[in-house]
Amino acid sequence: MTSTAPGSSHSATEGQHGLVAHSDGAFVPVQTRSERFRSVNVEDFAPVHGREHEWKLSPVAAFADLTGGELDGSRLTLATEPVEGVELSWIPRSDERIGRAGIPEERASANAWSSFDEALLVRVTGDDEKVAVITRTGLGDAPRAAHTVIEIAPNSRGLVVLAGEGEARLSENVEIVVGEGASLTVVSLQEWGDDAVHLGSHFARIGRDAFLKHIVVSLGGKVVRVNPSTHLAEQGADIEALGLYFADAGQHLEQQVFVHHDAPHTRSRVTYKGALQGAGARSVWVGDVLIAQTAPGTDSYEQNRNLVLTDGTRADSVPNLEIETGDIEGAGHASATGRFDDEQLFYLMARGITEAEARRLVVRGFLTEIVQKIGSADLEARLLEALEAELEGR
Amino acid sequence: MSVLEIKNLHVNVETDQGTREILRGVDLVINEGEIHAIMGPNGSGKSTLAYTIAGHPKYNVVEGEILLDGENVLEMSVDERARVGLFLAMQYPVEIPGVTVTNFLRTAKTAIDGEAPSVRTWVKDVRESMKNLKMDSAFAERNVNEGFSGGEKKRNEILQLELLKPKFAVLDETDSGLDVDALKIVSEGVNRAKANTGLGVLLITHYTRILRYIKPDFVHVFVAGRIAEQGGPELADRLEEEGYDRYQVAESAAE
Repeated sequence: MTSTAPGSSHSATEGQHGLVAHSDGAFVPVQTRSERFRSVNVEDFAPVHGREHEWKLSPVAAFADLTGGELDGSRLTLATEPVEGVELSWIPRSDERIGRAGIPEERASANAWSSFDEALLVRVTGDDEKVAVITRTGLGDAPRAAHTVIEIAPNSRGLVVLAGEGEARLSENVEIVVGEGASLTVVSLQEWGDDAVHLGSHFARIGRDAFLKHIVVSLGGKVVRVNPSTHLAEQGADIEALGLYFADAGQHLEQQVFVHHDAPHTRSRVTYKGALQGAGARSVWVGDVLIAQTAPGTDSYEQNRNLVLTDGTRADSVPNLEIETGDIEGAGHASATGRFDDEQLFYLMARGITEAEARRLVVRGFLTEIVQKIGSADLEARLLEALEAELEGR
Repeated sequence: MSVLEIKNLHVNVETDQGTREILRGVDLVINEGEIHAIMGPNGSGKSTLAYTIAGHPKYNVVEGEILLDGENVLEMSVDERARVGLFLAMQYPVEIPGVTVTNFLRTAKTAIDGEAPSVRTWVKDVRESMKNLKMDSAFAERNVNEGFSGGEKKRNEILQLELLKPKFAVLDETDSGLDVDALKIVSEGVNRAKANTGLGVLLITHYTRILRYIKPDFVHVFVAGRIAEQGGPELADRLEEEGYDRYQVAESAAE
């Protein structure tokens, strides 16, 4: 306890910091996550300078063409095998199935929305298990826009992988509409080429007693920013949001995750794990959870874990939890960034394990937790292989 | 017949206060199947000797040699030393997040033997060793040392000793922090390893308690970075009664 001498009580002094009105006058920053400005029109957003809260952790100069330039909105080349119960079609901008899951909150997303010619509709029906892999490839090095709507019919099940590889400068929006009682897994798999830039906004709307497992896997690309935003709009809606990233030297991998609890007895689990290796390897995770007044009985937990493997990396990890109702089951958040340290390395090597193998063992152990939750043996095996390649710097 | 030789070993460590000499000329020869106890007060350099043999990068060998069957150990990396048959049971084993005991043991065994162990006998060996050390089978699926109690960590070290079958093991204060039951279990494990593989042991300890369960052939008293006295098991009994004061007085008088 501090004691204060009589007469020295803390009274305001003229000219004291904080006494004068702020120079920005009546401006009050947006306090509640759901009240951010939104628009589908790029012109409604001011040009990006990099100091905005949603861009301040991103290398905006590396993709000025995507936030401010003209985008090619023609159809992307897709590689995919037909799967029973998963129907792919291109729908016009005017189609009423567009715009149901969410609206852009930043300029790159709005630019993509303003620019796409047709949207890819992925329609999943039927209650049998099925896996559809849609790979975008050969996008070239000119800036492009895309729009995808993934829709699952009530009480249906399915797993949709939206993958990207090769060259790309892409800004895109992905809408995910989960019908009542449905169970959908969406994997956004970024295995882009070394110079690729990919800015993605995912908007999910989850219906009554429906479940979405949403997984962001970012391995390849120069700058990859995939921001999933989930609206738990109806009673009993449930999201498991998972993320896995491996940032190499000079790579920027970012994800800003938003979960909006907006109905009673909704549940969310957010778990993102990443490893960083090499000079300039950078990851950003921002996790926003909003439990609105409309969401009594919410059960929510979000966490981010980073494993730093070498010097010269940077991991930003920012969990935010906003609670507007006292009547909840649970809400928690956690963030930890740890180093694979020299003592751990010594311990493993003292048992005969080589340094390379020791790193592999630890990283595999750290990241496979996420891989094992995907629910597709083929994809899990493929990702484990991709992680081995990352570790070996391939 | 394997032999581990330590000749005139001088070791420095870099601290914030500058370079400190910790080992000041250690000579020691351990033959296969022999148990050597190294006893001494805190700060005498016992653990430094252990970690220097294992190759921890913090310790800087400025003079002397360590030879295993005539081969220069000091030129080997940490993992190479383990593969030629040296083992260090650590005083404070670190946690390895995300790596299960099963996975770790199999990876280490494969590294040491140069080939994966046969699945059937390996699973049986692991199970039996765990049973002998009174380790619950649930340990196998836990992450290495994560959430282990002090006693569980030490048992896990001895489990590795039994399964990896080194030629020489350095036990760094394996007895510290163990209750009598755990001490017996761990000691039996060391004795079993010796009986099965002819293990040579360098047993580093502050107390004589463990020597009731692991009988040393030789006892060395370590003071201020070198061996101040050596003898047979009877020397341990004398230390039990007199403590280390005698040596420390002599040492400070000499300085």
